Amino acid sequence: MSFDLEACYTKMNTGKVLLAYKGSITSELITNILGVVETKLHTTIARSSVRKRIYNVLVESLQNLYHHIDDLPTAYNGSFDVNFGIFVIAKCEDGFRVSTGNFVRKEKVKKLNERLTKIRSLHPEELKELYKFVLNNQQFSDKGGGGLGLIDIARRTDGNIDYRFEHYDEDFDFFHLEIYILGS
Amino acid sequence: MESISIEGTTKTPAISFNADTGVIEIKGRSIPENSIEFYRPLVEWLEEYGNEPKEQTTVNIQLEYFNTSSSKCILDVFKKLESIKKQRNNVVINWYYEEDDEDMLEAGEDYESIIRIPFKMIEIVD
Repeated sequence: MSFDLEACYTKMNTGKVLLAYKGSITSELITNILGVVETKLHTTIARSSVRKRIYNVLVESLQNLYHHIDDLPTAYNGSFDVNFGIFVIAKCEDGFRVSTGNFVRKEKVKKLNERLTKIRSLHPEELKELYKFVLNNQQFSDKGGGGLGLIDIARRTDGNIDYRFEHYDEDFDFFHLEIYILGS
Repeated sequence: MESISIEGTTKTPAISFNADTGVIEIKGRSIPENSIEFYRPLVEWLEEYGNEPKEQTTVNIQLEYFNTSSSKCILDVFKKLESIKKQRNNVVINWYYEEDDEDMLEAGEDYESIIRIPFKMIEIVD
């Protein structure tokens, strides 16, 4: 059976959800989501350091979506919005979960997988060194990212990240990322 | 030389680069999707300012949030300041962070270790 996006979204959208979205990821949308979530976090979380950590992870994960979504070919038009992505933030037992989902071209999967495997294997000090190395040595991509987003997320969450790739069709996988931030 | 003054928005910081006093300030949030566009004129300004800097340049960085896209641009700003200092000018960098915000303190320490200008870390207490 092929990957069922609706079922996936329903599954992501469970628990104490603060905000769930699926559709086009645009700059305006990011501004709106950040505004809404910031207000909610203010009423939900007492410690400002925890709030800030969550907010930072939100910014990076949303902007990762914005910069890296692979657009589906025109044959898919009608099925999905352009720059289609899924984004959910939910409260979980000892903190918060940020989940994102987006289509990735098959040929990029290996590299992304290797990157995440490496980032997850590093200790905090090693992550810090990697962050500084990339910050100081890597050129900016025209997407504006420069490959720091995932490293930054890993640093702020002590590597508390899960991910998987699900087969969609011969050209695309659906990339599912879950980030956990401890604290209340 | 003209000074630069830009009001802050929900995604970009307030900017005040004063050519007469040598006081350079970046305050607020820096989380735009495209940071290069925002920071390019600031880096260019510093380039020109560096030709004839004030006896002392004071830099106040007080950020509540910044994204990784901005982090590279902020490093470019610091690198310009580093070269001004290398020309035997006095450059003081004040890095403000809110009480309890260890991530922001650590971010300042990361920059300090890359550009080798001592930062003055200033905790803002409510």
